Amino acid sequence: MKAKKIFWTLIAPVAAIVISFIFVSIILLFKHANPFSTFQLIFSYGFQPGNIVAELNQTIAYYLAGIAAAIGFKMLLFNIGIDGQYRLAIFFAAVVGGSTHLPSFLEIPLIVITAMVVGAAWASIAGYLKVKKNISEVISNIMLNAIASGIIIYLLQPGRLGTKGPHSDNLATPTIPKSGWMPTISMFGGQLYTFGIVAIAVGVIYWIILNKTVFGFNLRATGLSFRAARASGVNAPRMVFITMAISGAIAGLTGVGECLSETHNYSLAFPEGYALTGLALALLGRNNPIGVAFAAFFWAFLERAAPILDLNGIPNEIVLMMEGTIILATVASYEVVKRINKRQQQKLVGSAQITNVESKVTKESAV
Amino acid sequence: MRTVTKVAVTHCRGRIEEGEMTKSKLRQAGAFVAAAGLILTAVAVGSNSATAAPKKLIGIAFDLGGKDNPGFNQLAYIGYQQFANSHPGWDEKDLQGANSDTDATRAQRLQLLVSAGCNPIVVVGFSYHAALQTVAAKNPNVKFALVDDSIDNAPNVEGLEFKAEQGSYVVGAIAALTSKTHSVGFIGGVNVPLIQAFEAGFKAGVAKINPNTKYQSTYASNPPDFSGFNAPDKGKEAALGMFQNGADVVYSAAGSTGLGAHQAAAQAGAGHWSIGVDADEALYPVNQKVANFILTSALKNVNVGVKSFLKDATGGTFTPGVHMFGIDNGGVGYSLTGSHISAGVRVKVNALIKQISSGEIVVPTDPTKINLPTK
Repeated sequence: MKAKKIFWTLIAPVAAIVISFIFVSIILLFKHANPFSTFQLIFSYGFQPGNIVAELNQTIAYYLAGIAAAIGFKMLLFNIGIDGQYRLAIFFAAVVGGSTHLPSFLEIPLIVITAMVVGAAWASIAGYLKVKKNISEVISNIMLNAIASGIIIYLLQPGRLGTKGPHSDNLATPTIPKSGWMPTISMFGGQLYTFGIVAIAVGVIYWIILNKTVFGFNLRATGLSFRAARASGVNAPRMVFITMAISGAIAGLTGVGECLSETHNYSLAFPEGYALTGLALALLGRNNPIGVAFAAFFWAFLERAAPILDLNGIPNEIVLMMEGTIILATVASYEVVKRINKRQQQKLVGSAQITNVESKVTKESAV
Repeated sequence: MRTVTKVAVTHCRGRIEEGEMTKSKLRQAGAFVAAAGLILTAVAVGSNSATAAPKKLIGIAFDLGGKDNPGFNQLAYIGYQQFANSHPGWDEKDLQGANSDTDATRAQRLQLLVSAGCNPIVVVGFSYHAALQTVAAKNPNVKFALVDDSIDNAPNVEGLEFKAEQGSYVVGAIAALTSKTHSVGFIGGVNVPLIQAFEAGFKAGVAKINPNTKYQSTYASNPPDFSGFNAPDKGKEAALGMFQNGADVVYSAAGSTGLGAHQAAAQAGAGHWSIGVDADEALYPVNQKVANFILTSALKNVNVGVKSFLKDATGGTFTPGVHMFGIDNGGVGYSLTGSHISAGVRVKVNALIKQISSGEIVVPTDPTKINLPTK
């Protein structure tokens, strides 16, 4: 029974990946490229030791964005504000880190907690608007993303909180002192961020809270039916607000690994787009902490491998196409699997009823 | 790849016509051609350049957009082309940036060009600073150029920097001299220091001619959202607003966002002007219909810098450190396509250029330090 359940859980994402490989192969054939050697190129390059470490580092960021999105999804909240929450969080965390000189065991937690608090605070604006003013969190979050960018660029100007090198056009926050640098693990010729431990902890806590606590039960109940949960005594608006804040706090952690172990500051060179990636990964990983981890690694792997295609005259947009078709196919195949499951359940229920009726009949005839 | 296979086929046919081949030999030849074809296909997919005579490789790492995007990136590519035309035996490999780039992905891109055998390597855009710092240190034998930035104490990196504010100063003066309403506008792509320098130059040029000129300014996006360099719709909207507000000349330092501003000038009709940036935008095929509304373009000749670096790196005159390209050495300037600028204006502008070259005029890079009326 358990094996069967696992099979039905895995079938959708696996089918999605297969469909996307077929689709991309067709495109490649149109481009007169050999699909097999193209995939071989992606996999042999992607699995080079030095690249695996970089992929794992990227996985950490994608995973946190994915979990931030997943916890929102559990509540039917579409947190597209992950981008703004992450940016503002890592910006302020870098500013705080750059202006304090504490011993490591205080400095690093201070930076991490600042990031979480800022992310949560920024997200709770959207949560408040949703609960009190009934404003869609999608609209408010998109606006909050733009406002976050505006705040950062205002504060990042030289003379405010930012600095600019004499021969550089990059703006950055002051460098965090060495005590705020998070150690890395040297492996395969790369440097693995130890911040991965925090990401794993977030995944475990996410699973425990959702499945083993009253809070998690209330959260899932509110997500399934806001009104039913409210009727049964759950303070549903409060749940929405808190979930949004938690999602923001996790989103706030997204850029911390890179900042603490690589750049040691926030600058214009920081990436954007974690919101959409996070939402896609939560979808692909079915909001499951392990599923999202695999999805995040797969994404990081594909993106790391993309440039090798360009070098061999194959447009790297192939990888984007693959990602896009995987997401579309995932949504479609989940729906298909859901329907198959439903039909099977109906059959089961139907046959159970028949046996029930039959046993009743035999009992009655015996009497 | 295909041409090579074809050559092999015709070569065999030639021999058959000479009657030197029996049937079995012919079959062998067929098998050979098929095998050769297969191998070539495999090789071609593995590495495109392997079939041609081995050429020395120049690597180019582009910023967002890549070489097909008219403007900044494309100019870097043109610089390579100009070099390759006069120096046969060189080929290029290029990779381009993405929105999701981290310093790690940028470093990977550069390292990939190094391991593909590229030397020298042109790196386009300030966002590569940190990545190049690591990769340059790891590969001391490879020569790099960094466009719009430089790295201190790196013995194998030339920093190619452009005094874009000087070119903007000149078009600012042209705008103020051309404007009949004494009102001009500025559209920046993304609100970063690089573009702020363009605005400062433009504003200062306007102020030099007429300090009472009404001045409007806007940026299409804030970092890390760099979409403002590629949003013609926003450019059009902003320019139309400025024209409605009384401006008759609008300068866009905003990549392809400026295409929208040119369209806005055409829509607003005769007497409204748009000014382009980086390359001579009146020559872009995409601007063909609106070219008559492009007054001039502030040139930032990235190609000049790239070409000079490639000559240095391949000719033994490589000198690390900052290389400045200004109005005095053809690094920046303005375009004359369409002859919309009157002779009188040109005389005044050329006098200003002389003053900038001699250092008599120092063009500022901070737009907030220059005051012009907004109403």
